[in-house]
Amino acid sequence: MSADTPQPDETVDARGATCPGPLMDLVGALRSAETGTVVALLSDTEQSTSDVPEWADESGNEVLAVEDEGEYYRILVAKA
Amino acid sequence: MTERIAIVGGGTGGVVLANDLAERLAPEIDAGEVEVVLFNDDPDHVYKPVWLYVAFGKREPADGRRALADLVDDRVDLRVDYIADVDTEAQTLEPVDAPELVPYDRLVLATGAQLAPDAVPGLAEGAHQFYGEAGAERLRDELVEFTGGHLVLSVVGTPHMCPAAPLEFVLMADDWFRQRGLRDDVEITYTYPIMRVHGNEQIAEWARPILDSRDIRIETMFNAESVDPDEGTLTSMEGTTLDYDALVAIPPHTGSDLIADAGLGEGGWVDVDPHTLEATSHEGVYALGDAAAVGVPKAGSAAHYQANVVGQRIASEVRGRTPTATYDGKTLCFVETGMDAATFVEFDYDNPPEPVRPSQQLHWAKLAYNESYWLTARGLL
Repeated sequence: MSADTPQPDETVDARGATCPGPLMDLVGALRSAETGTVVALLSDTEQSTSDVPEWADESGNEVLAVEDEGEYYRILVAKA
Repeated sequence: MTERIAIVGGGTGGVVLANDLAERLAPEIDAGEVEVVLFNDDPDHVYKPVWLYVAFGKREPADGRRALADLVDDRVDLRVDYIADVDTEAQTLEPVDAPELVPYDRLVLATGAQLAPDAVPGLAEGAHQFYGEAGAERLRDELVEFTGGHLVLSVVGTPHMCPAAPLEFVLMADDWFRQRGLRDDVEITYTYPIMRVHGNEQIAEWARPILDSRDIRIETMFNAESVDPDEGTLTSMEGTTLDYDALVAIPPHTGSDLIADAGLGEGGWVDVDPHTLEATSHEGVYALGDAAAVGVPKAGSAAHYQANVVGQRIASEVRGRTPTATYDGKTLCFVETGMDAATFVEFDYDNPPEPVRPSQQLHWAKLAYNESYWLTARGLL
């Protein structure tokens, strides 16, 4: 995680998630979060790097960062 | 001194594990060296997949209930009690009806998932669900009187038990109304929180054309925010409002307060190593089934396979050996695609699901498994 990346308020560790998948885990976490909450999704599925921004764009939430951590991706999303 | 293994929760994971340990550790149990104690707050074991069929009048809630005492090996000490607290430092449990704390040496949490419809305003009053006995019966009574109008199935809560069940419901409803000659008068809509019809891409790609071919309307990117039962409307966070005549929802789920209070994981789901199923925050504590946050479906087959892994690991530990059994994410699901056809998927952490062509044989296989489930619970299958 770079120095400029905001610190998450919550982390959803979806590494290894098979069904229904990391995006659904993220949606569940954001549903119960307060506006402005930053959630970090950890996913080892490359598809999450396109899924999450697409979903966030349509749902009005904001992707703050998509970071390749080598074994997995760290995607930070702020709840609108 | 007797080593006590405590299991909290008598659902699929807890019961299969109790019977697994009773068999593996029979010599130690018979010698008084080991004790397996299973706590459940209900004297019955419940097989939840029956409820989907209850909604369509195909089964009765009693078909999904058996007395735990009839399912659990006599070597298991079955205690019908509610565990109010777990102290992982002192290694004690607090059953509400017991006079004193119960110490344990090894703990397995199989506390499952609970419904939380109150998390969405109007949902409890305005929506049906088939994730409980009473709810499935009320839905059955609604469906049998429903001869026309807009039936909406909305996936509201994530994660939820049995990720395939919402698809199964709308596909079965479509077939059920067709068979009754009412389909032309019934509009069916399926809503899902993300841009696909299922969280898993392979399942979504398989299901989408089937839903289209069956004239089931789809609303993706729909995160239900409120229900107005008086107006018969369901509104999403994204600003879409649907009128409904009958609403069926997959409610939000929560884990056990016991887990959150003990600091074992957020939301009542235990943070575990996905392969060993050991709690990441406390040694000597395992979790399995719906209670374990491992990224596989909250489904009975996953709990079953996990129970066998935990049973092997605990037996090794009791005997002073290094445990080597690990869970690979294996899950099996039969998925109904109508009233007399089903598909089948098998997957794990490394291999995604590949639904096979639906057939009547697979539907029969699902029904046959539902009957033989009681052998699984007893540890025989």
